[in-house]
Amino acid sequence: MKKVVVYGLLIACSLLFAAPLFWAATTALKPQTELYLFPPKWLPSVWKFGNFAEAWQIQPFNLFLKNTVIVTLLSTLGQIVSCALVAYGFARFEFKGRNALFLIVLATMMIPWEVTMIPQYMEFNYLGWINTLKPLIVPSWFGSAYFIFLLRQFIMTIPREMDEAATIDGAGKLGILVRILVPLMGPSLILVGVFQMMNCWNDYLGPLIFLNDQSKYTLTLGLSQFKGMFGVDMQSIMAITCLISLPPLAVFFFAQRYIVGGIAGTGIKG
Amino acid sequence: MARAHPQSAGERTASLGPGRKRRRGGAAPYLFIFPWIFGFLVFTLGPLVFSLIISLFDWPIVGKVRFIGLGNYAAMFTDDPLFWKSLGVTLKFAALFVPLNIAVALLLAILLNQKVRGSAIFRTTFYLPSVISGVALAMIWSWVYSGDYGILNYFLSLVGVQGPDWLNDTHWSLAAMVVASLWGQGSMMLVFLAGLKGIPKDLYESASIDGAGKLRQFVSVTLPMLSPTILFNLITSIIAAFQQLTLALLLTGGGPMKATYFYAMYMYENAFKYFKMGYSAANAWFMFLIILGLTFLVFKSSEAWVFYEGEMKRAPGAAKKRRRSA
Repeated sequence: MKKVVVYGLLIACSLLFAAPLFWAATTALKPQTELYLFPPKWLPSVWKFGNFAEAWQIQPFNLFLKNTVIVTLLSTLGQIVSCALVAYGFARFEFKGRNALFLIVLATMMIPWEVTMIPQYMEFNYLGWINTLKPLIVPSWFGSAYFIFLLRQFIMTIPREMDEAATIDGAGKLGILVRILVPLMGPSLILVGVFQMMNCWNDYLGPLIFLNDQSKYTLTLGLSQFKGMFGVDMQSIMAITCLISLPPLAVFFFAQRYIVGGIAGTGIKG
Repeated sequence: MARAHPQSAGERTASLGPGRKRRRGGAAPYLFIFPWIFGFLVFTLGPLVFSLIISLFDWPIVGKVRFIGLGNYAAMFTDDPLFWKSLGVTLKFAALFVPLNIAVALLLAILLNQKVRGSAIFRTTFYLPSVISGVALAMIWSWVYSGDYGILNYFLSLVGVQGPDWLNDTHWSLAAMVVASLWGQGSMMLVFLAGLKGIPKDLYESASIDGAGKLRQFVSVTLPMLSPTILFNLITSIIAAFQQLTLALLLTGGGPMKATYFYAMYMYENAFKYFKMGYSAANAWFMFLIILGLTFLVFKSSEAWVFYEGEMKRAPGAAKKRRRSA
């Protein structure tokens, strides 16, 4: 009896959570004549797969895709490299001011982006970086507090004896990180990479503030401009919505176990 | 740090000595953390200080910059109805969103924590909306909420209810925003799920031996053991509520009649629509203070309701029993 209630609730909630996604996907496949009906049709009478290609042509989405890929790849690479270096520094060395600095790392997680947003904008404006992809990439090369914390915690769990053995074999400090620790840090580096990729791909406010010119737009910004444009119908909006959601969904499916474990870990430690 | 070979205190210090020296290695550690130090100075501390400074100025993006002391802050409180309006909207949103978000995430986590087949599939389904972009989420919900053709009103019509035009109705738009935000509760659910899995089974066994029913077990075992996780999620939700901007920009644009004009949107418009940089910086600092204040209050209150297992004074016998079963 109890089982029945649990399954019933799980299925009901799943339907609630999945229904909007399903509705978006079927709308994307509908012929235009079936968009504005009441009662609406769940499934299209003809599956118009051509809607995707058609919608993609309305705005230069290829260009937006290129921009998004550039930003995502470069900032993810930067995040992994910089966070691994910094986390290694904090986890494996004793130096003056280490604990104080690490406390500052943790404290910066508390600062809302809104507080630093305006001066950052003015800073990038001064550097001539507004309307370029640089503000979306460069800061990632200097580590982010949350990822540094995550990697540092992980390095702390690796026995120091491994480092010492490598030192005897003649490895330098950087060599220990690259040859000994990085291979062991696989799952946590994947987690950082996946989180950063998703954040970056899905980011809206960064591109909104730092980019003006359509040729520099990312996909999310392109999609946001779509609504209300002349001649753009709901099936096109939903087609683009579905297309730009596919990469994060795919990444999520492949990296699911790392993500679930990683998020769970933050809450326990927090 | 557990060492493999037990040593006497003297030996341990001796063996640590040279190791420490090697580890110190002069400037090397600073080189490793240099990226963060540089980034912190240039992208966090610098902007933070600068933000405080410009909040004391009348600072249009083009035109003359003028020092006005606390004038921005004074104007906010005394001379700007939109400030109060947006603050009120955000507080109302937070009052609805924060408890619901925690309740929904906790309910889903509890369901997932039951021994059921296919729990991974259900977990994935509940987490999916958290994976996609806020822009995609906004597009999907604006279509779901559509007054004339939306799927939500279709379902309501099946039970004989004529649904409103959700996003354009002053009574419903904020509630619609809350529901759309709840859809992305995935991370919170995962945090709760991990917390639930961390509760030792024998606590439930002892409770049930003592004759506690399911509800009683939930109140006396689950909630106290989960309270640190609830604290974490509570603070995260409060911060998220104050930072809600994407949905407001894309779903309603702050309307209708400013019914969803969030504080974050007010701040955003002051900076990037009206180009009042100094004023917007003052808005941002005020938001920071509110968040800090609320976090502080929640922490203060947590002394009364958060229960840390590590601090529990347990009878030696009980501790032994716990270890055995674990």
